[in-house]
Amino acid sequence: MHLVKLLSGAAVGAALLVAGSPAMAVTIGFSQVGDEGDWRPAWSKDMQEEAKKEGIDLKYADAQGKEEEQIKAVRAFIAQKVDAIIIAPVVVTGWDAVLDEAKKAGIPVFLADRDVDVKDKSLFVTRISADFNLEGRLAGAWTAQATKGQANVVEEQGTVGAAPAIERKKGFEAVTANFPDIKIVKTQSGDFTTDGGKKVMEAFIKSTDNLKGINVSFAHNDNMQLGAIQAMKEAGLKPGHDVLMVSVDYVPAMKEALAAGDANASVELRSAIGKYIYPVVLQYLKDKKELPKWVKIPSDLHTAATPLD
Amino acid sequence: MSQAQTTSTRSSSLGATLGAIGRHRVVWPLAALALLFIVDFIISPSFFNIRIVEGRLFGSLIDIPYRAAPTALVALGMAVVIGTKGIDLSVGSIVAIGGAVITWRIHAGDPHLLILFIALAVGLLCGLWNGFLVAALDIQPIIATLILMVSGRGIGLMINLLYGGTDPSFTSPLLQGLSTGHIGYIPTRLLVFVFIFALLWTLLRRTALGLFLESVGGNTAAAYLTGINARMVIFSAYVISGLMASSAGVILTADTHTSDPISVALNIELDAILAVVIGGASLGGGRIYLGMTILGALVIQSLTTTILTSGMPPEYNLVVKAVVVVVVLLLQSSNFRSLTLSILARRKR
Repeated sequence: MHLVKLLSGAAVGAALLVAGSPAMAVTIGFSQVGDEGDWRPAWSKDMQEEAKKEGIDLKYADAQGKEEEQIKAVRAFIAQKVDAIIIAPVVVTGWDAVLDEAKKAGIPVFLADRDVDVKDKSLFVTRISADFNLEGRLAGAWTAQATKGQANVVEEQGTVGAAPAIERKKGFEAVTANFPDIKIVKTQSGDFTTDGGKKVMEAFIKSTDNLKGINVSFAHNDNMQLGAIQAMKEAGLKPGHDVLMVSVDYVPAMKEALAAGDANASVELRSAIGKYIYPVVLQYLKDKKELPKWVKIPSDLHTAATPLD
Repeated sequence: MSQAQTTSTRSSSLGATLGAIGRHRVVWPLAALALLFIVDFIISPSFFNIRIVEGRLFGSLIDIPYRAAPTALVALGMAVVIGTKGIDLSVGSIVAIGGAVITWRIHAGDPHLLILFIALAVGLLCGLWNGFLVAALDIQPIIATLILMVSGRGIGLMINLLYGGTDPSFTSPLLQGLSTGHIGYIPTRLLVFVFIFALLWTLLRRTALGLFLESVGGNTAAAYLTGINARMVIFSAYVISGLMASSAGVILTADTHTSDPISVALNIELDAILAVVIGGASLGGGRIYLGMTILGALVIQSLTTTILTSGMPPEYNLVVKAVVVVVVLLLQSSNFRSLTLSILARRKR
């Protein structure tokens, strides 16, 4: 009896040794920007949950939106000799020195979300992030299909100069340019806010005589589209019926709007992206194979017909 | 000598009349407004169409006072503070905190009429805080109100977390009625605005408070020597500003029926200060022009509406706004006008 227990205990111990020996638990340092908005905290939570699933020992550092906090955190990761570092950069510039320190310590660095501007691109392995341009193209493709290539579009842009605004616009136009009868009739910036989207749509309604001839509203994010929906309802229009509504983000309020038929399509900006990030990092740690400088996270488009999750 | 004077007056009587009109402070903001409307008419002749849609007046010309109302409320409070030689940078944050509190209490199930008063009480509290820092602790107004300006939006976010903050939208027939509803054909918020304006006007012009505020702003020491409690007067200005900001906050929050502390009423303090200045007041204090401040807010909103309807690329929005503001302020500057006139006169010779 005792012997059996002892033996089985030894077997379990041996099994643990075997399973644990090739890599031991991988330790990854993750430096996050902060916890602004809805999307980023959701992503941080996902990173921690996915790390647990993958058996990764995750060291999480919140930079509170400060560049110097982030650099301090990265230096701390280097000192702790983690196996890999994932950075969601606060800013684009000023990374050369600290990334060089990581390289000299032999710790591979991965970027998530935003890009950095460094002279020597070999300072980081790759950037893993969503493709804003693809989001715009998906919205454009949906528009082309839903209107059979016959659309007069009003566009609510994001904050002028912001990367998502620039890329979503470019992507949308890249697709719709293939259809001679798709035109962007009006375009203005709603600053990515509900309030901004509402004001812009109010002005569009007036300047186009109650959206006469307009059949699509494309917003660079859901918040602006939700504002536009309010403005249209107040003007006695039926969003989702009179005008097709397509936007980007797929936030909870947009899910409700889709279910209510006030909106037609939303491209999802995923927050549960740990499952796309960790495999890339783990694979690299295993085979050290050179990666392209940008690994894209796929986008998804939800329509009113997509069941709620 | 008297005869010579008469002839010279007569010969330039037209110029003198024009000069007198030009000197009147209401002329230049009105001219700016007229100019914007002319531009609007050229861009889109339908700008002046007013119809009845969904039981209320509808058109760009209605949008201007409709959208200007919250800014004008904030600007009126700002005019009072500026009249005391102060400034209130925290108004946007007060709107944000008010919005978060409204949404929080609605989710908690309070009666909506009570929430309306809670929202105003929040503004009052913020005003008390600012007034305490400025009047009791003698902190420079720009620094004292900067504290709440910087922290206020964070406080709003923390309030959102009180109820999870996952779904900060709400429905409230009362509050939304005040903001986006209509009585007869007239948007309710315009009536709300007129009501609050009447209250403020009575408080300032039918009691001695307005006079006290202006005398404290003009010369605090002299006002104090005439027996005015300067601290209390300055204190009251910030309380008024807080209340005005929170009433604007009710309208703005109910408008989109969401709590968005990060971006609601962003930069409204700048628009409010601008409205006060376009209204002819000096940041040096001593004057409060209530009606003119409203005109200032209308000029700013007309400009915004013009930009939005013009179909101009959004990249130019801010530059165009800045150019128009500079032109309006230059027109208002008597130094600039006399300089231009003298240059023109020299040319003629």
